[in-house]
Amino acid sequence: MSLVERHDTTDIAATWDGGTGTVGDYFALLKPRVMSLVIFTAFVGIVLAPGGLHPVLAATALLCIAVGAGASGALNMWFDADIDKVMSRTANRPVPAGRITREEAFGFGMMLACGSVLMLGLLVNLLSAALLAFTIFFYVVVYTMWLKRSTPQNIVIGGASGALPPVIGWAAVTGEVSVESLTLFMLIFMWTPPHFWALSLFKSADYQAAGIPMLPVVRGEQTTRNHILAYSLLLAPIGLAPTFLGFAGPIYGVVAAGLGLAFVALAVQVWRLREGPLATRAAVRLFLFSIFYLFALFALLPAERLIMLALSAMGLGTNGLGG
Amino acid sequence: MTDHTEMTDPGITLTPQQAQRRRARSIAIGVSLAALVVLFYVVSMAKMGLNLESVGG
Repeated sequence: MSLVERHDTTDIAATWDGGTGTVGDYFALLKPRVMSLVIFTAFVGIVLAPGGLHPVLAATALLCIAVGAGASGALNMWFDADIDKVMSRTANRPVPAGRITREEAFGFGMMLACGSVLMLGLLVNLLSAALLAFTIFFYVVVYTMWLKRSTPQNIVIGGASGALPPVIGWAAVTGEVSVESLTLFMLIFMWTPPHFWALSLFKSADYQAAGIPMLPVVRGEQTTRNHILAYSLLLAPIGLAPTFLGFAGPIYGVVAAGLGLAFVALAVQVWRLREGPLATRAAVRLFLFSIFYLFALFALLPAERLIMLALSAMGLGTNGLGG
Repeated sequence: MTDHTEMTDPGITLTPQQAQRRRARSIAIGVSLAALVVLFYVVSMAKMGLNLESVGG
């Protein structure tokens, strides 16, 4: 009897395919590029929020938000291993490439998700932890497990999870959700569809092969172009909202207006050029510009605040000297 | 009664590559845990400082 058991164990030893992931593979599970955008937008939320937070606590909040975003990425790769394997863009990810097993990715993601939410709740505040937990849940369950494979509106609704980090950052400082933080949310929320649909216009073959119902695959490229234009027209005025609401100044307002017009102009080009390499080039251009657009607006918000602070400090200094 | 063969059962045997990567992962986990200890220490200090400030104010 014992000989039979020993034989079974040896079989397991011979066929076990786990434990081959490197530290780099586990890092790749966190989707570092997405994580960097999350860190950046959450940082802007923290900086813009009134009241201020101790730098150590602000850094802790940022770390927890980043790890929570990484956990979402790992859990997304756990669930999507089958479709990641089919798409050229994702085939070399650690799970579909066989370097990390699905079980390992799941365990890693769950541990980081629970740890980041717990830490944020214990060390910073409960509202930001609850928002982080909701973000992870929304991205993994609502977007990855449900919407992504069932509706061409997957990007629109699922985009909410990517838009929440500045709200979490703001809540970490103030302990509340405000109109200002919801404006930052809306900015990313309305930016996400044209950004991803522009990508899907020149990567639709990949999505089709994987059976993901992206808009160009299900409704055709022309409908996608109409949607891109509509969302770009809605996005441009939302980009100006921080100035109208008073938490950004005139420098931001002028730049946001200019970039918003450029965004709409590129979307019109995508809408007009329907076939051939010029159409593809227009979609690529809009995709790349959309990244710059969001980065520029979110960088300008804290930069302008710093400039204003420096100017007012100089003004105070002058008054002090004069007085 | 437990059989001697069962007691010395090696279980899962790692390949040299698996063993090497497990070692690297173990080091990364160790470093992360140490960083976590430092973080909790620094956050505790910061929170105590804030509490002292509010009492002083």
